[in-house]
Amino acid sequence: MVNNNTIIEAENLVKKFGDFTANDRLTFHVKKGEIFGFLGANGAGKTTAMRILCGLSKPTSGRVEVAGYNVYTEAEKVKKSIGYMSQKFSLYEDLTVKENFRFYGGIYGLSRRRIRERTDELLKKLNFSHAAKRKIADIPLGWKQKLAFSIAIIHEPRIVFLDEPTGGVDPITRRQFWEMIYETASRGVTVFVTTHYMDEAEYCDRVTIMDRGVIEALDTPDKLKKEYNVDSMDKVFVNIAR
Amino acid sequence: MSIAHTIQVENLKKCYKSLTAIEDINFNVSKGELFGLIGPDGAGKTTIFRILTTLLIQDEGSAIVEGYDVVKGYRKIRNLMGYMPGRFSLYLDMTVRENLEFFATIFGTTIEENYHLIKDIYQQIEPFKDRLAGNLSGGMKQKLALSCALIHKPSVLVLDEPTTGVDAVSRKEFWDMLIKLKKQGITILVSTPYMDEAELCDRVGLIQNGRMLTINKPDQIVKNFPKKLWEATSANIYQLLQDLREQENLYSVYPFGSKVHFTKDENLTETAEIKAFLTNKGHESVDIEEVTPTIEDCFIELMTE
Repeated sequence: MVNNNTIIEAENLVKKFGDFTANDRLTFHVKKGEIFGFLGANGAGKTTAMRILCGLSKPTSGRVEVAGYNVYTEAEKVKKSIGYMSQKFSLYEDLTVKENFRFYGGIYGLSRRRIRERTDELLKKLNFSHAAKRKIADIPLGWKQKLAFSIAIIHEPRIVFLDEPTGGVDPITRRQFWEMIYETASRGVTVFVTTHYMDEAEYCDRVTIMDRGVIEALDTPDKLKKEYNVDSMDKVFVNIAR
Repeated sequence: MSIAHTIQVENLKKCYKSLTAIEDINFNVSKGELFGLIGPDGAGKTTIFRILTTLLIQDEGSAIVEGYDVVKGYRKIRNLMGYMPGRFSLYLDMTVRENLEFFATIFGTTIEENYHLIKDIYQQIEPFKDRLAGNLSGGMKQKLALSCALIHKPSVLVLDEPTTGVDAVSRKEFWDMLIKLKKQGITILVSTPYMDEAELCDRVGLIQNGRMLTINKPDQIVKNFPKKLWEATSANIYQLLQDLREQENLYSVYPFGSKVHFTKDENLTETAEIKAFLTNKGHESVDIEEVTPTIEDCFIELMTE
């Protein structure tokens, strides 16, 4: 079952806060290079699970390995192996584009030279090299999101966690963002993503749907639609979460 | 004179230092109408709402609510309007009941007097009335915020992105509540970044970069889509996208859920040709059919025009 293609492994992951069980025996494996959608209603326990997978919080019980490291004992190694981007906090508004790259590159312990190389490389890919010296505050939101994603992978992590990366973004930028995700995954990086846009669930290789701390469904979008006999992930979601 | 609208906005403009937040904004909302302002973050939705709720003064143009000018008649407007701002509206260190009492008191009313207005919504959170607002889930906070905006019996309700960051199920429940309120005759102005919520409105304004792209009934916006819209299916969507972009005479090729949407030069390219091209490229189970555009397709088209 588990082979060396597995990059995230959760077996009976349980997280309790006092009497409240936020995550109840979650079991799932994520493969290398997979785009893994992590869906669920507000309060279903997604953020709790994501914090554990990022090495920020320890499970109450269960076995959890991320990039080959144990989240109980090797949390620091987990943190170095992953990238993280959220809708809410991503970039420093009063720093320039380049300074943001340098700051995050520094945090991940990259050499100055490597930071320069990666910054040039990533900005070129975005066609945004001309704006390297602009302050983040002066840059449109759509671009900020794309920059935040590039910065989340500056240290070439094996997994990148995206927490509602496209919230409030215009429909064209939202699609460009997903093409960046595809491109990243095609290079073998695993993408673990949460979203409230159900059309984006269709873009994932596999999707989990959580409800009240439990994984209610886990499969490819196609199989889930067949199983629930509906034509969209939106309807699958409503079926499960209502 | 034209028929008096509940909300009349003319040539509204607002700049923040060198940034033009909104320009040439014109729209009317009729009594009892559910009007949606739809666009991404930074489009100018909140700026318009803050002018209408008398919290911000425009640089140019005028806005009239129930016959009162937003600048001269701000006191009147504040009394007749219910406003649910995007982020903050509740006092997190007060209980559910205290929040509601607070809002009733500052408008000189009581919960009892207008309880019938909020009953449907408030009853869902009433079991938690002694809980601090800060300890409520997102969906419950939203219901409390809506109750607080309604407690002084406003004739106009302004809701700034009430469903942002809310899951698909809670979004549907929230819209059910709005539609019920509309039936009671309240004029509702709501903004959202979710394009699929457009069809729940009587009329919508699509807004981007501070300018209105179009204003119409949702089905009319769809009818005005200037081209035929095609939908392609294949086993490998990412590859399909790349390949279709190579093909000549195709425009605006973009992913749409599990499909790819595109428009084409109808004189120069037949769908049969495209199918053959894709099959040649190794695609399996290729299908291409004409589809009715959604509001999101229309938005994308208007953005690229």
